[in-house]
Amino acid sequence: MSLQPGLSFDQAPPILVPFRFFLSAPLFGLLAALLALWFGPALLDSRWQPAVLAWTHLMTLGFLGMAMVGAMMQLLPVMAASPVAHPVGVARTVHGLLLPGVILLVLGFLLASHWPMRLAMALLGTGFLVFVAAVGESLKRASSANPTVVGMRFAVIGLVVTAALGLTLASNYGWGWWLTDRVTVTNLHLSWGFLGWVGMLVIAVSYQVVPMFQLTPAYPKMAARWLTGALFMLLLLWSATRLLPEEMRDKGWLAIGLLAAAGYAGYAITTLRLQLQRRRKQSDVTLLFWRFGMVCLLLALAAGVMRQAMPLLVDIQGNNFALAFLFIAGFAVSVVNGMLYKIVPFLIWFHLQSRLIGVAKVPNMKQIMPDAGMRRQMWLHFAAVPVLVFAALWPPLIYPAALLFGASMVLLEWNLISAYNVYRRNIKLVS
Amino acid sequence: METISSYMSSDHHRCDNLFAQAESAASDEDWGAMATDLQAFLDAMHQHFAMEEDVLFPAFEERTGMSMGPTQVMKMEHRQMRELFDAMVAALQQRNRDEFLGQAETLLVMMQQHNMKEEQILYQMADRMLSGEIEDVLQRMRAAAA
Repeated sequence: MSLQPGLSFDQAPPILVPFRFFLSAPLFGLLAALLALWFGPALLDSRWQPAVLAWTHLMTLGFLGMAMVGAMMQLLPVMAASPVAHPVGVARTVHGLLLPGVILLVLGFLLASHWPMRLAMALLGTGFLVFVAAVGESLKRASSANPTVVGMRFAVIGLVVTAALGLTLASNYGWGWWLTDRVTVTNLHLSWGFLGWVGMLVIAVSYQVVPMFQLTPAYPKMAARWLTGALFMLLLLWSATRLLPEEMRDKGWLAIGLLAAAGYAGYAITTLRLQLQRRRKQSDVTLLFWRFGMVCLLLALAAGVMRQAMPLLVDIQGNNFALAFLFIAGFAVSVVNGMLYKIVPFLIWFHLQSRLIGVAKVPNMKQIMPDAGMRRQMWLHFAAVPVLVFAALWPPLIYPAALLFGASMVLLEWNLISAYNVYRRNIKLVS
Repeated sequence: METISSYMSSDHHRCDNLFAQAESAASDEDWGAMATDLQAFLDAMHQHFAMEEDVLFPAFEERTGMSMGPTQVMKMEHRQMRELFDAMVAALQQRNRDEFLGQAETLLVMMQQHNMKEEQILYQMADRMLSGEIEDVLQRMRAAAA
C-alpha cells in the first residue's frame, strides 16, 4: 500500500524474523567466553594467534553480526519506512547460512584446517550476499532525505568491504597461500568492520533511537546529515594512504586517522550530552548501556590514537587487545545489549496486543522483560568489561573477565528466552 | 510558513513533554500530581488524535483516494494507544505504581515509533498532497483541538 516507491506502512514482519537472530547472538558471546577460559592468559600473547582470531569472530560475526542483522530487518520498516521484501525467507536463509558459517570459520582457525575454512567462506559469503541484496534493495527505495537511511547505506557498503577483505584473508587459510602484505589487509579489514560497518550502523540508528527512548533533543541537523558521509570518505582516504610512497604514508595515515577519530569522538560526546538533556527523568537499563558504550568508544578512540601517534605501541600487544576489548565488548556489545532490551519486549507486546485485543489482558513491557533481571545482567557486563581491558595489561585477569562475561551472556540469553516464553504462553490463548 | 509537518511535529513534542511529566510524578509516587499530569497528557493526546482523525486523515484520504492506506494503519495504532491510556488510568485508580510505569514504558515506545512514521512520511506526504489548502487544514485542525 504505497503512494511512492519506498513509502510503506506495512506492519512489522513476523516475530521470528528478528528473534531467530536475537536468540542466537548471546550463545556466540558465551562461546567466546568459554574459548577465553580454555586458552587462558596465553590468548593474550599475540594478536595473530588462531585463538584470538576465533575469539574476535565469535564476538563480531557471532554476537554483533547476529544481533545487527536481526535488528536491521526489524528496524528498516519503521526507521526507513521501507521494509525488506520477503522477510521470512530472507531471515531463514541468512540465519541458516551465517550460523554454521561462523562455527566453521572458528573451527577453521582453531584446527588450522582447510575444509572448514572453505565451507565457512561459502556459507558466510552467500549469507552476507543475500542479506546485502535484500537490505540494499530496501535502502535504495528509502528516502535519501533521512540521515538514518544515508548512514545505513554507508554501513552496508562498509559491511561489503569488510566481508570482501575478510574472504580474501580467509582464503589464505583455506588454500594455504600467503598474502605478502597480510598485516595491512588485516588492519584494513578490521578498520572497515569496526568503523565502516559497526560504528556507522550505530550512528545511523542512534539518530532516531536516542531521542526516541529518552526524549532527548534531536542530534544537530547539519552534523547528522554530513557526519556519516564524512567518516566514510575519511575511511576511504585512510585506506588509500596505503598506496602512497613510504615517506608520505605514515603522515597521511596519522592525519586522516586523527580526523576520523575526532569525528567519532564528536559523535560520542554529542550523544552523552543529549542524554544529559533528556526530558524523561527515568534512567533505565538501555540508557545506562548506551552511556557506558559511549564512554568505552571514547576510550577505544584514545587507545587507537595513541597507537598511531606512538608507533612503538604497535608492538605492545596489551595496547592492541585493550583497544579491541574496549571497542567490541565495551562499545558495540553494550549498545546492542541496550537496544535488545527495548526492541525485544516491545515487539512481544506489539505482536501480542494485536492478537489478544478483547481476549485477554496483554502484559506490559516491564512484565515481559522485568527490570531486575535486566539490571543484574547489566551489572555483570559492566564488571566484565573493565576486567577484560585490564586483562590486556595483566593476562591472568582473563579468567575472572571471561567468567563475568560468560555469566552476563548466559543471563542475557535467559532474559531473552523468558521474554519469548511470555509471548508463546500468551499466544496459545488465541490459537 | 507553518506546514502540517511543523505544526503536528511540535504538537508531538508538546505531548512528549506532558508524558515525561506524568511519568516522573509516577516515579516519585506523587499520586495527586500523577492524576493531574496524566489528565493533562491524555487531554493533549485526545486533541492530537481529534486533529488527525477528524480533519487531517479525511482530507488526506479524500485527496489521495486512499482510505485503506497509511491513514488506516495510523488509526489502528491510535486504537492501540487508547488501550494503553485506559490501562494507565486503571493503574492510577488501583494505585499500582509498577503497573503504571510498565504501561507508560510500553506507551512511550509505541507512541514514538508511531510519531516517527507520521513525521517522516505521512505529514510530509500530506504537505505535498494538500499543498493548496494547508492554511485551511491547519485552521480546521486548531478548531478540532479546541
